[in-house]
Amino acid sequence: MIGPRVGAAKSRGTAARRPGGERVKGDEDEAAAPPALRMRGIRKSFPGVIALDAVDLEVRQGEVHVLLGENGAGKSTLMKILSGAIRSDAGEIELVGRRVEIEGPAHAEALGIRIIYQEFNLVPQLSAAENIFLGKEPTHRLGLVDRKRLNRDAARRLEGLGVRIDPARPVQELGVAQQQMVEVAKALHGDVRLLIMDEPTSALTASEIDALFAAIQGLTAQGVAVVYISHRLEEVERIGTRVTVLRDGKHVATHRVGEVSLAGLIRLMANRELKEHYPKRRVPRGEELLRVEGLRGGLLHDVAFSLHRGEVVGLTGLLGAGRTEVARAITGAEPPAEGRVTIKGKAALLRAPRDAIRRGVGFLPEDRKTQGLVLGRSVTENLALPSTPRLSPFGWMDGAAEAALAAREVQDLRIRTPSLEQKVVYLSGGNQQKVVLGKWLAAEMDVLVMDEPTRGIDVAAKVEIYEEMNRLTAKGAGILMISSELPELLGMSDRILVMRRGRIVAEMDAAGVSQEQVLRAALGQPA
Amino acid sequence: MSSAAWLANKGRQIGTLLGLLLLGGLLSILSPYFLTVSNLTNVLEQTAINAVIAAGMTFVIISGGIDLSVGSIVAFSGVLLASALQAPLPAPIALAIGVAAGASCGLVNGLLITRGRLPPFIATLGMMSVARGAALVFTEGRPVSGFEPGFRSLATGRVLGIPTPVLAAAVVYLLAQLLLTRTRFGRYVYAIGGNEEATRLSGVAVRFHKTMVYVLSGVTSALACVLLTARLNSAQPIAGMMYELDAIAATVIGGTSLLGGSGSLGGTLVGALIMGVLRNGLNLLGVSSFLQQIVIGVVIIVAVLVDSMLKRPGR
Repeated sequence: MIGPRVGAAKSRGTAARRPGGERVKGDEDEAAAPPALRMRGIRKSFPGVIALDAVDLEVRQGEVHVLLGENGAGKSTLMKILSGAIRSDAGEIELVGRRVEIEGPAHAEALGIRIIYQEFNLVPQLSAAENIFLGKEPTHRLGLVDRKRLNRDAARRLEGLGVRIDPARPVQELGVAQQQMVEVAKALHGDVRLLIMDEPTSALTASEIDALFAAIQGLTAQGVAVVYISHRLEEVERIGTRVTVLRDGKHVATHRVGEVSLAGLIRLMANRELKEHYPKRRVPRGEELLRVEGLRGGLLHDVAFSLHRGEVVGLTGLLGAGRTEVARAITGAEPPAEGRVTIKGKAALLRAPRDAIRRGVGFLPEDRKTQGLVLGRSVTENLALPSTPRLSPFGWMDGAAEAALAAREVQDLRIRTPSLEQKVVYLSGGNQQKVVLGKWLAAEMDVLVMDEPTRGIDVAAKVEIYEEMNRLTAKGAGILMISSELPELLGMSDRILVMRRGRIVAEMDAAGVSQEQVLRAALGQPA
Repeated sequence: MSSAAWLANKGRQIGTLLGLLLLGGLLSILSPYFLTVSNLTNVLEQTAINAVIAAGMTFVIISGGIDLSVGSIVAFSGVLLASALQAPLPAPIALAIGVAAGASCGLVNGLLITRGRLPPFIATLGMMSVARGAALVFTEGRPVSGFEPGFRSLATGRVLGIPTPVLAAAVVYLLAQLLLTRTRFGRYVYAIGGNEEATRLSGVAVRFHKTMVYVLSGVTSALACVLLTARLNSAQPIAGMMYELDAIAATVIGGTSLLGGSGSLGGTLVGALIMGVLRNGLNLLGVSSFLQQIVIGVVIIVAVLVDSMLKRPGR
């Protein structure tokens, strides 16, 4: 049992540790201790695509092995093979020196492989403890669930991860970060040899990431091998021991962290030089597009700000600070109890999203799968959806105009899709996000409210979205960008608004501000 | 579109069509009478009513809903239509009354679902009982029978040798197909069924369009009641019992997903024909009506089972 023993003491303040010397030791050990995982020549093809082409991967015991690659590079497929969700067409897998055939999810689990997916697999109505022990509940002699033991064991396991969560609370009442910890705790039952984490930090704030990293380091100290998939390059240096880059289903390189610079990693992933991470172009600020005053209700207290033509205003804050609520209020998605919104000089009553859209305000929601896209419909239909009134005079669809609109966005945004008729569910995350953006570009909005526009997508797609933001502001649009990623926020905004507990607590010029200053404001610490 | 993508899109419809042809082939071997013009015409006439109801049902199910009240709406519209005809009012006005009655029931369904936030299953279950009860109360439980030959010709007449109910169903499908695939309304029906929240956030008046879907279903039920009343020369308050199940079965056999967001009218039409051919064939073969129910149930389950098994591999 590794789970409940994960030492809280170990996890304190070790997040930034760089175990340089230990790595050398790790190299020496290689001959002695077999690696936790060795995959050789793994191949997998789907109809029309070769997802993995002779991929090798070796993960040593006690290391955090970062897996990098653009969306569609094959990371998820590789992990699905390990978790038993799919089977490879060819190749060998060894666990601690022993050849295995992973027959299915249950077998993978029996072999000590655990995977935590980016999308949580928790039952919202059940408590944290019930989720952690789902299907493995401790029972009384009569077969009834032993609640006391359930809650006690769950509490111990959560404490082991260095977090304090009431195990009896329903998961739906917990924050995203706490849910993430419940996922980790759930994964840690029995003998864990290999823990795979897919984008575990995509929804977490900086301090929550520290706690997660501390928990991960506690696990590796006990010899657990961790495969860590992330799009956040800055995390590679913080948490990783070694890093493997995949590209187009092929293994490109494996390096010790520190051997290769971030720019070098990006080059390996994209096979092209990305001049800079944030290609921000500033344009002169024009007339006022949007003014918000006295926004109240729910979480929000008296929120006021303005947005001008040619401007990107960054909105940040910790989770639960009210950022998404502001976005939903000013786009009609969830009208606020009180407040005045003025669009292009005219007072606007926003009761539904279409009220905002008619006035030129579009909304890219935080979660593209549940809010941004109709996954089962085609690229064309998704791109055309907000523009449909314009494309259908007297209700009759102008099919040619619709197809032209879709073809233009696919080309402009370089959306990778086999055809315009492809269902968006089959596109990679980055391409799906481009479809969401394309919807609003096609609808020719003056104001775009983007809630976490680059969450969970690869670096190349991110840069393309930033470039598109530049083109928009150059054409005189205004963008309100909500982001938890401070480098992105600082890199792409002109002004930054920081929210805390439903209020805007600071407004800063992005040019002269540091990540630390923004973070302090978000945390409510004096500057 | 590449031919592979086209096949993936149309594969399900082609599969259903092959199922129909297979069934037809089998029956033509088993019964010499099956493949005669008069029998096939008969099958088409009998299928027309269910097919018309199923057209509206297809819109409802694609939008992610369900309409259990269609059979009761057939009865309710039918008795109003019949009473109007016997008043006597001119046939066009009587028809308008019948259709308006169906549309009103659908409107109430739609408002209960979109404004009252009731699940479609519950709202239309209630309407199923209310409309049936209203038909019984209105007629005191007695059928309303005997109409002018002009009205009856809607069921008995032929145009260029084609029975008018078949022609009527064809016109309904043509219009419905245009509505579903060529208009803004059709786009929105698919989008709402696929992801209602994403559709709302894209500026679509979701509640209005959802309501209209149920109005449409009420209208197709009323059109079916016209064909039924003309054919039987009688409107019965107990008519249309279990029609909702036939319409749902035709839609589902035709490949429309009960989860919403996908489906086609072509598939539904073939689904309705499969149901019609099957009933006809079982009658020709002298299978008892008790046994027929079992066979039809098994066919529905097998059709959907095969569908879901074909969809599982891949992604």
